[in-house]
Amino acid sequence: MSLQNYGDLQENTMYLDVLREIGNIGSGNAASALSSMLSRFINIQVPKINIMDYNQVAENFGGPETLMVGLLLCLSGDVNGMMMFLMQEEFAHVTINSLLGSDLEDMSQMGEMEESAMKEVGNIMAASYINAIATLTNLKINITVPDICTDMVGALLSVPAIHYANISDQMIFIENQIDTEAEDEGGQHTGSHVLMIPDVESLNKIMASLGIAL
Amino acid sequence: MSQVKVGISDLNVVRAPDTLVTYALGSCVGICLYDANTKIAGLSHIMLPSSKEMTNMKTEIYKYADTAIVALLQKMQSMGARQIYLKAKIAGGAQMFNGNSNSSLSRIGQRNVAAVKAELARLRIPIIAEDTGKNYGRTLYLDASDGSMRIKSVNRGEWVW
Repeated sequence: MSLQNYGDLQENTMYLDVLREIGNIGSGNAASALSSMLSRFINIQVPKINIMDYNQVAENFGGPETLMVGLLLCLSGDVNGMMMFLMQEEFAHVTINSLLGSDLEDMSQMGEMEESAMKEVGNIMAASYINAIATLTNLKINITVPDICTDMVGALLSVPAIHYANISDQMIFIENQIDTEAEDEGGQHTGSHVLMIPDVESLNKIMASLGIAL
Repeated sequence: MSQVKVGISDLNVVRAPDTLVTYALGSCVGICLYDANTKIAGLSHIMLPSSKEMTNMKTEIYKYADTAIVALLQKMQSMGARQIYLKAKIAGGAQMFNGNSNSSLSRIGQRNVAAVKAELARLRIPIIAEDTGKNYGRTLYLDASDGSMRIKSVNRGEWVW
């Protein structure tokens, strides 16, 4: 038997545990890459496997109109799909300011230099994430250069949603929350989300390469 | 007066003085149809240009430009709107990410807009206002009392068509 759609997955807790573990390993590596780039403490939370309707996805991140900085890149090779980093504004500021030593306060001040820096952060984090998964599963996975966009989270998410709309009415994503402390406000946390959005076939390949009977 | 929400790949019809809203159109397109005589307004939020490209058997007619607009028209007609009085306003179809590297994603917004225009032309419904393309998300409000389309964006403010 192989997975035909995302619904099959929901019924088997072992598959979900495997995906959770993949999320854990991937984002653990991504977070430590980020932490060493920024020389800051980064907290990660236990990953969640979400299988939901398009309309629910944006609600998961504070509603469709929430402003977020998004980085999107595509996976190809043995695993096809997308990765998306969604950052709260404050998180993006902290990242840029610790990286460039600047004091950016608002996203409209983001210039070419800042965008390029954000993309590079996304690139390094995605590479660490995917590298860990590729090593674990012995699969070959390529990633593209990230694209960046700052806008309503609903509009950002429409891109992966449309990509999968032909195949399914639902989206699966392995979600990790990564937090750091905000700059001045005495320990207030600000977060970002790492989403790995595989297609169904790739899920089968991942399970098979890990020796999990389907 | 109430506000009726239209989700992704969804559609709805209201009468004056109600308002329709759809949040955060990215590469999706929002299609407003309005009959000024009966003050009936309909809004559809489509994701993809054509149901003919679809690979699975389960048809979701509200998801595609070619099937959703016809469905919206029928729903409006069943409430008393007349096709000859209908005017259309469309918004969305942005390219959110630059997409240099992701060829499969690029231009989906433009393709959506083109498919919507072709379908409206086929149904002989004139487009009297259009706010499409570019690279930012839009929230769309359609007021059934006067047929005005209000667009709200994050960085570029608000305007009315």
